[in-house]
Amino acid sequence: MDHWFFSPGIVTTVVLTLVVLGAAALILIAQVNKYLEKMQKQTNAKDKLAFSEQLINLESEEVDQVLEARRKALHFRLTGKELGTALKPVDQRGLVSKLSQDPDRPFFSEKKTDRKVVHTPPALTRLIMAYLVGATFWLVFGTLVGQYLGMKFVLPELDSLSWLSFGRLRPVHTNTVFWGWSSLAMIGLAYYVVTRTSNNTIYSYRWGWTAFWLINTMVVAGNLCLMAGINNGGGEYREYIWPVALLFILALLITFFNFYKTIARRKIGEIYISNWYILAGLLWTMVLAVIGYLPFSGLGETVTQGYYMHQGVGMWFMTFTLGLIYYYLPSSLNKPIYSYSLGVLAFWTQMLFYTMIGTHHFVFSPLPWWLQTVAIVFSAGMFIPVVAGTTNFLMTMKGSWKAISSSYVLPFFLIGVIFYFVGSTQGSVQSLRFTNDLWHFTDFNVAHSHMTMYGIISFILWACIYAIVPGLSLREPRQLMVGMHFWLAFIGLLAYTVPLMIGGSLKGMSWIEGKPFIESVTLMIPFWIWRAIGGTMMFLSHLVFAWNIYTMLKPIRKAKTQAI
Amino acid sequence: MNFHKNHRRLVLVSFFVFLLLSTGIAVLPAFQMQEQNAPLPGQPELSDLELNGLRVYIAEGCVACHTQQVRSIEMDKTWGSRPSIPSDYYYSKKRMDFWRQSPSILGSERTGPDLTNIGARQPSEEWHYLHLYNPRLVVEESVMPSYPWLFEEKEDPAATDVVLNLPGDTSSGTGKTKIVAGDQAIALVAYLKSLKQEPLPESISPGFIPSRKKTGGTDGEVPAGLPDGAALYTQTCAACHQAQGQGLPGAFPALAGSPIVNDSDPETLIRIILQGYDARPEFAAMPPFASQLSDEEVAAIATHERSSWGNDAAPVTAEEVQKIRETIEQTIQ
Repeated sequence: MDHWFFSPGIVTTVVLTLVVLGAAALILIAQVNKYLEKMQKQTNAKDKLAFSEQLINLESEEVDQVLEARRKALHFRLTGKELGTALKPVDQRGLVSKLSQDPDRPFFSEKKTDRKVVHTPPALTRLIMAYLVGATFWLVFGTLVGQYLGMKFVLPELDSLSWLSFGRLRPVHTNTVFWGWSSLAMIGLAYYVVTRTSNNTIYSYRWGWTAFWLINTMVVAGNLCLMAGINNGGGEYREYIWPVALLFILALLITFFNFYKTIARRKIGEIYISNWYILAGLLWTMVLAVIGYLPFSGLGETVTQGYYMHQGVGMWFMTFTLGLIYYYLPSSLNKPIYSYSLGVLAFWTQMLFYTMIGTHHFVFSPLPWWLQTVAIVFSAGMFIPVVAGTTNFLMTMKGSWKAISSSYVLPFFLIGVIFYFVGSTQGSVQSLRFTNDLWHFTDFNVAHSHMTMYGIISFILWACIYAIVPGLSLREPRQLMVGMHFWLAFIGLLAYTVPLMIGGSLKGMSWIEGKPFIESVTLMIPFWIWRAIGGTMMFLSHLVFAWNIYTMLKPIRKAKTQAI
Repeated sequence: MNFHKNHRRLVLVSFFVFLLLSTGIAVLPAFQMQEQNAPLPGQPELSDLELNGLRVYIAEGCVACHTQQVRSIEMDKTWGSRPSIPSDYYYSKKRMDFWRQSPSILGSERTGPDLTNIGARQPSEEWHYLHLYNPRLVVEESVMPSYPWLFEEKEDPAATDVVLNLPGDTSSGTGKTKIVAGDQAIALVAYLKSLKQEPLPESISPGFIPSRKKTGGTDGEVPAGLPDGAALYTQTCAACHQAQGQGLPGAFPALAGSPIVNDSDPETLIRIILQGYDARPEFAAMPPFASQLSDEEVAAIATHERSSWGNDAAPVTAEEVQKIRETIEQTIQ
């Protein structure tokens, strides 16, 4: 193939780099090994010296004693009664809470459940639960739609109903998981963070409920419009017409003031870093939603489209979720965040760099070249907040790796943080003109968006939910089910994204080589099948998640009916 | 400035800095793009019917899979003769109505072909109707949805109705009814046919950025062999005449076994490719390809057609095509 990808220069550079890296690794290993051996030798020599000194200093009787003791030791045999007694065990101090002689899961290790009981006002618990249950419903619905759409790539004649056609249903999927699932879950989880870190109660429960219903109404109304063929013009993530989107902006406004008033009445001096991200996320999203709906025509609309669709992800989902990590991750590990200052640095650079990069969705388009260049430059700059955030989270986890394997919450955090680094960096690299040439317009984009919106946002939200809900409802989910949720979602995501990345690259190469377009469609079929398989696994994991939420919620409902 | 303790300051600073950045990166450039925009001289305005078609295009979410932007990179040459410029969108990207904004037709995914120039590439109405009714009737491998709700079933269509000639017995229902294009389908096809790139003088037209090295230095010299006729056929002709040259009965004639294709004198075949053809009422009209294909490409396609699917005729050279092209141009003048 005479493709630039395989041009001798690039291949050589890659090979050389690998050789250098390999050599460096080998050298490093050898050096470390040598040093360790030296240390070992020194210790051995010291031990030998000490031992011979001891021998020389011994009296002959002492030597006899030592040898006799050694003889006895060598002839010792177990009687078989060492580990038990005839006495019955009695728990005099009430230390044992659960006795199990027959572990119910021989294949899986038991995870820790000894969490501290969280005391929250019941009104707050109800509010948070409402948000989380709503979010779970939309997750299941939204990904059911997504799964159905994924199958349509392979079976285009799955149905021929106008309301279920691909073009109308695609924005139903994206908007539902954006506003219904992620946004509701984020806001719900933030209610806990804001009150907890302000050491106070929430300013208004009523406002909380109003925002909750506004968002739900918006998703229902918006989806019905979309399926009926009424959309705002097809611009991604602002397909809801403005009267519908207005409900969301109102909900944001209400939520912002609710949080702001709570934080203003905080009983501690400092504003915890989480609240920076949460307040800013709400503020910035209101601004960008208004700008996104400004009535520009011509390519002016395209400029705001690039700005809006990228900021929707960057200033809303990412910013807000980062705020959640800054609270839930350290609290799950029961230790402070590694560096507060790094969090502050990431905050300001997030605002500065992320805002500028929307046009990287329109590289090589008729938009002004300078706008594209600014977007690309700042995309590269995104490396700073991403590295700052990732470092901060990983350093917080450092030293607690044992805790990760013995917890069902922390693996979700770990995957989320890893995807935060991988997905964001990959996105930055994708904006470069060179890679954009290959990947833009292909299924690679779809892989990227799922790596980020799912790999980062959803995994972090699940981590936070599993971290907080059992503490609120005083009921643990079944660990096997949480494990099933985790692995189905994780493996499903990989089965979804990796084939799409490979297929997307092949598609881009086929276009660059100038092959007939239809070949780029047929070559995708196997990769689309893989996407459908991965998508099915992801959807199944959401059913499991919904079941977990249900089991964790049962006691609350009981308590309520008893009260009545 | 202590942001750690002063919530008001924290909120105000992050709000206003973000607003400032957003104004600089989005609002002002958007305003500028909107103001500094004019149609090209001679660029046709969209008719009411075509505008309605654009609305159908947006309502059905066609933008989810089809782009309308020829980017300034070499691979996009397939989709237009020049990169798209802001003026191209002057008439189409206007606010639709009070409820809905200017349509986002540039798109972000190319699951289906770019449509910037579809009106020129595929001017056949019959093809578009069949394709919308069921894409797999004309493109077997297509994964595009069918749009049967844009069509109606009628027992005895009026003379003004657009009746679809469905190949074989694919019409649903009793078999007696005919499939007739509905108002939305008519509008949509009118819109698709209106999508043509307005030519720009070469001197001011932005060029394409080459995306890869040319191989072996064949560029510029007279190539020894012709371009890949099979690939060109797939790209340009197969949508109507089908992959195996079998055509679609009642819509597009077969090339396999066709006397014109197999004629020892290829002149008629070359003329049809260059000038188009509309002499047989039972088939749809074929558009001319003189402006889209070079002499070498026409020769390659003709040679491919004359040597495939059981056809067996002598190859065509670029010189023959050039000669016929010159005669056609002379007779027009």
